Amino acid sequence: MIETKTLTCVACPKGCEVTVEYEGDEIIDIKGNACPQGQDYAKEEIVAPTRILPTTIRVKNGALPLCPVKTTKQIPLENMFEAMQIIGKKEIEAPVKMGEVLIENIMNTGADIVATRDMPEEI
Amino acid sequence: MLNLKKDLVVIGGGPAGLAAAKKAYDEGIEDVMILERDFELGGILPQCIHNGFGLHYFKEELTGPEYAQRFINDVKERNIEIKLDTMVLDVTKDRKVYAMNKKEGFLEIEAGAVVLAMGCRERTSGAIGIPGTRPAGVITAGTAQRYTNIEGFVPGDEVVILGSGDIGLIMARRMKLEGADVKAVCELLPYTGGLTRNVVQCLEDYDIPLMLNHTVTAIKGEGRLEAVEISEVDENLKPIPATAKTIKADTLLLSVGLIPENELSKKADVVLDDRTGGPIVNEGRETNIEGIFACGNVLHVHDLVDWVTEESQIAGAHAAKYIKNSFAKTNKCVDVKAGENVSYVIPQKIELEAGDRKKIPLYMRVSTPLTAVDINLYADGEKLYSFSEPFAKPGEMISVPLAQKTLDDLDNLNEIKVEIIEKEGE
Repeated sequence: MIETKTLTCVACPKGCEVTVEYEGDEIIDIKGNACPQGQDYAKEEIVAPTRILPTTIRVKNGALPLCPVKTTKQIPLENMFEAMQIIGKKEIEAPVKMGEVLIENIMNTGADIVATRDMPEEI
Repeated sequence: MLNLKKDLVVIGGGPAGLAAAKKAYDEGIEDVMILERDFELGGILPQCIHNGFGLHYFKEELTGPEYAQRFINDVKERNIEIKLDTMVLDVTKDRKVYAMNKKEGFLEIEAGAVVLAMGCRERTSGAIGIPGTRPAGVITAGTAQRYTNIEGFVPGDEVVILGSGDIGLIMARRMKLEGADVKAVCELLPYTGGLTRNVVQCLEDYDIPLMLNHTVTAIKGEGRLEAVEISEVDENLKPIPATAKTIKADTLLLSVGLIPENELSKKADVVLDDRTGGPIVNEGRETNIEGIFACGNVLHVHDLVDWVTEESQIAGAHAAKYIKNSFAKTNKCVDVKAGENVSYVIPQKIELEAGDRKKIPLYMRVSTPLTAVDINLYADGEKLYSFSEPFAKPGEMISVPLAQKTLDDLDNLNEIKVEIIEKEGE
């Protein structure tokens, strides 16, 4: 069965309304995107949506009890809750620097969990 | 009392203050001091752990802490003096800044120029007057964000969010990921106040219902929130009693607007604009008080930090010029007016000499959502030119440049007006 879905492209804050015609995993037509990123986005959104996961990780001896982290690339949307469980179980030790890898290759997605700020030791 | 003298004093160490200080330094003003009341720099960004920042300014997607860290590193490399844990108490119109901290006590700082960068504050439950009891568990979305992302505890298990501003949308996803049951986001208006990408990535991704034309009509609970009553509203935004239903919840997050924080500005006799809640400024972001500049959310509430940076660089560069005495005003001021469907335009006036007019972007917001629009600029009633956009939303700021020809011709003008109207026949 051919289906139609209107998506809001989130590749940039412009937010184009992109209309996709598809049958199962097969894309038939994509309309409404202002740039090629919209084409890629729409295709991916139908077949296998992925997102960056930003969250926090517990820190021992840090200036703050938590350090913000993110995945270095987008991971499948369906993996979010399991990834949260894995990150939730981990505790790191201060100090850390922005960009430092805290968990490698989470759930075999190819994405690492990295610190998104410097976290100095408790003063 | 400790007496100090500085070329430039920046009040607030968030994204606006950091960008203004950095820019002024790079323009040759090395005697710069940032006053920050928190224990670290960055303003609200350290608690905005989500991605989506920097796409305009850095051309890459960053999280809030990363965006802040880059500017913090830049400021530290520049030998800019930073006073943390320091509360500013007063600013006078002759640019004396009074502040205090635990280490030095009371400070009087004589400033060559001042940049106001105090940001904004959230509207609270008191400001919107919800009927019912006053239990714990009713907090602003930003407070919940601080608890969850900085202090390390999630403030509730069953959550309803009132208001679809960006912080509300972001917190809907955040609390859901942390294991809370986020039952609904209610929005009084027929459209969301947040960015479209946030509606998609925060609500649609996680099947969180967005209930437009709905509001909270009662708060129930003793000690702790137990339930909220929500109702649909009619076209006059009045609740329809027959539609009332009760949702069990221990937490109600409010994302019902931001207000520029101008208590200090008022002490310096800075004149505020009723529409923006921030100072009235010229194209250099100078207020009506000579040598006092304003930028970022203290001037008007922004949706993207990238625009805060751009605006703060304008303020920082002009503050540097002012300190170097290379800043002259024409004796005539061109008013910039908001026309049809435009809620406000920044700057509100253009009054610097032509030499300073290389590029003047006008920042504006529409008052209502529109599709297929023409943005029309008029000079003294005569149409200058138009820009077309597929749509315009109140939640998304629009930036329009003034053409060089207009800039060259400004000395002969009295007024520039911008209107945003839907194209006919569409």
